[in-house]
Amino acid sequence: MNTLAALVPILPLLSFLVIGLNFRRLPKPVTSILACGSVLVSFIFSVVLFFHIKGGNPTVNVTLFEWIPAAATSLGFSFVVDPLSSLMLLIVTGVGFLIHVYSIGYMHDDEGFNRFFSYMNLFVFSMLVLVLGSNYLMMFIGWEGVGLCSYLLIGFWFKNQAYNNAAKKAFIMNRIGDLGFLLGMFILYVQFGSLDYQTVFAKASLLESGNLILTIATMLLFVGAIGKSAQIPLFTWLPDAMAGPTPVSALIHAATMVTAGVYMVARSHALYILAPATMMVIAVIGITTALFAATIAIFQNDIKKVLAYSTVSQLGYMFVGLGMGAFTGAMFHLTTHAFFKALLFLAAGSVIHAMGGEQDIRKMGGLKKALPITWLVFLAGTIAISGIPPFSGFFSKDEILLHAYEQNKVIWVLGILGSLMTAFYMFRLFYLTFAGMFRGTDKQKQHLHESPKSMTIPLIILAVLAVAGGLLNIPAVFGGSSSLNTFLSPIFGSGVEPVGEVSYGTEILLMSIAVIGSLAMIGFAWFRFVKTATIPVTDGIKRPALSNLLYHKYYIDEIYQFLIEKPVLWLSDIMHLFDVYVIDKTVNFVGNATVWLGKQSGFLQTGNIGFYLIAMVLSIVAFLVFGLMI
Amino acid sequence: MEKYIFFTLSGLAIFSAIMVLVSKRPVHSVLYLILCFFTIAGHYIMLNAQFLAVVHIIVYAGAIMVLFLFTLMLLNLNLANELRKSILARVTAVIAGGLLLVTLVAVLKGLDASGPIMANTQIGMTTNIGKVLFNEYMFPFEAASVLFLAAMVGAVMMVKKE
Amino acid sequence: MNNVVQGLQLMPISYYISFCSILFVIGMIGVLIKRNALVIFMSIELMLNSINLLLAAFSVYHNDPAGQILVIFIMVVAAAEVAVGLSILVVTYRKNNSIDVNLLNQLKG
Repeated sequence: MNTLAALVPILPLLSFLVIGLNFRRLPKPVTSILACGSVLVSFIFSVVLFFHIKGGNPTVNVTLFEWIPAAATSLGFSFVVDPLSSLMLLIVTGVGFLIHVYSIGYMHDDEGFNRFFSYMNLFVFSMLVLVLGSNYLMMFIGWEGVGLCSYLLIGFWFKNQAYNNAAKKAFIMNRIGDLGFLLGMFILYVQFGSLDYQTVFAKASLLESGNLILTIATMLLFVGAIGKSAQIPLFTWLPDAMAGPTPVSALIHAATMVTAGVYMVARSHALYILAPATMMVIAVIGITTALFAATIAIFQNDIKKVLAYSTVSQLGYMFVGLGMGAFTGAMFHLTTHAFFKALLFLAAGSVIHAMGGEQDIRKMGGLKKALPITWLVFLAGTIAISGIPPFSGFFSKDEILLHAYEQNKVIWVLGILGSLMTAFYMFRLFYLTFAGMFRGTDKQKQHLHESPKSMTIPLIILAVLAVAGGLLNIPAVFGGSSSLNTFLSPIFGSGVEPVGEVSYGTEILLMSIAVIGSLAMIGFAWFRFVKTATIPVTDGIKRPALSNLLYHKYYIDEIYQFLIEKPVLWLSDIMHLFDVYVIDKTVNFVGNATVWLGKQSGFLQTGNIGFYLIAMVLSIVAFLVFGLMI
Repeated sequence: MEKYIFFTLSGLAIFSAIMVLVSKRPVHSVLYLILCFFTIAGHYIMLNAQFLAVVHIIVYAGAIMVLFLFTLMLLNLNLANELRKSILARVTAVIAGGLLLVTLVAVLKGLDASGPIMANTQIGMTTNIGKVLFNEYMFPFEAASVLFLAAMVGAVMMVKKE
Repeated sequence: MNNVVQGLQLMPISYYISFCSILFVIGMIGVLIKRNALVIFMSIELMLNSINLLLAAFSVYHNDPAGQILVIFIMVVAAAEVAVGLSILVVTYRKNNSIDVNLLNQLKG
């Protein structure tokens, strides 16, 4: 088992090295087999490990080598496989494998084919290190690694300057979060003398709840999660990150990397439950983000942007779950979200592929006939995210909302509101894309075709998962056994999750409210976009104030530009003047003075050897006289 | 007795040394220099450094000065119309030399080495020198042969026409 | 033979110091005032010889043969130096058709 656990991340790394070092030479089929094969083998190992853990075996600890042997403690380059990380392993390698297979079809005529797959494998490796690491430092390595891959893949088509800017934006915003993560790590190390999960949690459990240092440390770690998981105020990079190829959006910016923040908080739940203030902040930021992003999504016209804002919104839900102490719920939603959001992105990719690169939903419509499989799987994903039973999104979202209801009614109401909006904008997207008449050009109409098998088969598998993912954790009210809860209980413990105080009746009532509301919103979307066939107004036409505000994403980018970018640029202009007039002048003065001095003393260098000799003799005399005088 | 010999030798040496500089023709300089070397060889004998005295004659008078003469004659440099440095340079040089003499003597006198030289020393004998040279200074001695070889090759290389 | 000059060995060391200093300074002045490279070489030999003599004198004074060994090595180096130096001189003569050191000012900055 130890070897297996070590091989899971190492295989994609090897594949990355082989492809990355030979990316000019390898033919595409070899690259495809290497890249997909390594992830597939990792996935098989992950499955083995998963059942090993599920069978009640103890956690697997592998230390590859002692990395930083410090005085009192030693940080090992070590992996741990416990229920939490084995669940993440399945998601990362499983969804990762499907997306790799999909990419073969999607990227087949891109000149950067090999480069793309080497980055993807590097990403899978980094993500696995993040998930498997048995201390915060290992997590940080993975954390930075996925950030790097995200940067590389967003700017994959680096000939487009706008894409490069998007990549830089993502990277810089992540840096802000990373700084918080680092500081949090430092505080933990100073406080507990270790970064190892076991040691830190054991020592932290001795502190009383609400400990100030612990609160600060958890807040700082959460700043890292804000950056990585695109929460307010650091969320604007994620929609821009859609510049990358669609499989990248599916893998990195929907299914895995952006959920790293959620995973990190869940992993450190032992610290977070001791810091109620931080939990509250997480919940508030989560619900704010969920609503904020949902409102923006309603008025976006780019198919990938809508999905991006939807991702931000769903991540918000996960943080609500974490903030409410529903760690299992958050992990459950993370899992189902990975399924249906990856599915939606890949299906969107299929649409874009068929439309020849077009991403504006106003120019689509009526694609159902041309893309039957894509239509079907997209519908499955849309229903799943909208929370209609028995699709997966319903169960996971419901669990989070149930916990919210128990703890804080306001957050519950807001959460229901957000989920209604989710249903509306998702079906708006769905109807505008697939229903009605085709609104594109004739040339595009000729070009319409269903995607190749390598793309549709992963879509179908993901669709099945998105539909059935909820079976993982059917709540007791439906006679289920909450198997995910049981599976994760060694990690989160039984006492962490608030025990259900609500009766089954209330629970069913709450569910009904959400479901009926969602159905109503779907009906509204159908009425607006199918029955009356409203098309969102084209750019340049004046909109009503609210719609305008939302269309422009609350002008967040502009506000950041005004509040942060402008002052920074202004400051750097001043620094530039300082540089030019003070530092450069000083340095130049030193240089010029030396040159001047050299020129002045150059006359000593007459080239007359006799003169040199006399100077030498006189110097010797001077030395001897000096020697005599002492 | 010994004082007379010492001062005679010393006076002759200094005289010939000055004549090396004063002579107009380089050939005369060379000849005066040979005279000077012979007086120095006399000094070696006075110090009972017999081996040094003989080697000195062979190496300096026999080899080095012959080289000088060869060069002189091969290049046909024995011209009387000697170029002179400016009077200022010469005066400066003499003053500098005088200063150096004064300070050197002052410094070396400061060693308090006014006692007479040890009588009846035997260290300058060929046997003694040979023993020391081939026991303690074997490696430098061999290294010196390499130096000679390098100098020889260097000299040939430099003078050779392309 | 060993005692041929025994009676002559009573000069104080300071005499040798003075004599050698004078010889050395004469050589040095020669180097400074002469323009003929050949004479400058001779002056250098003069300086080397004065040093050699002084070394031998101190060697006897301290009854240590190392000084005389050093003299031998100095002679070795001097011989090598003359060989190389004279060949440089010949090359210079070929180039400038003169051995005037005042012409050797190409290092001027």
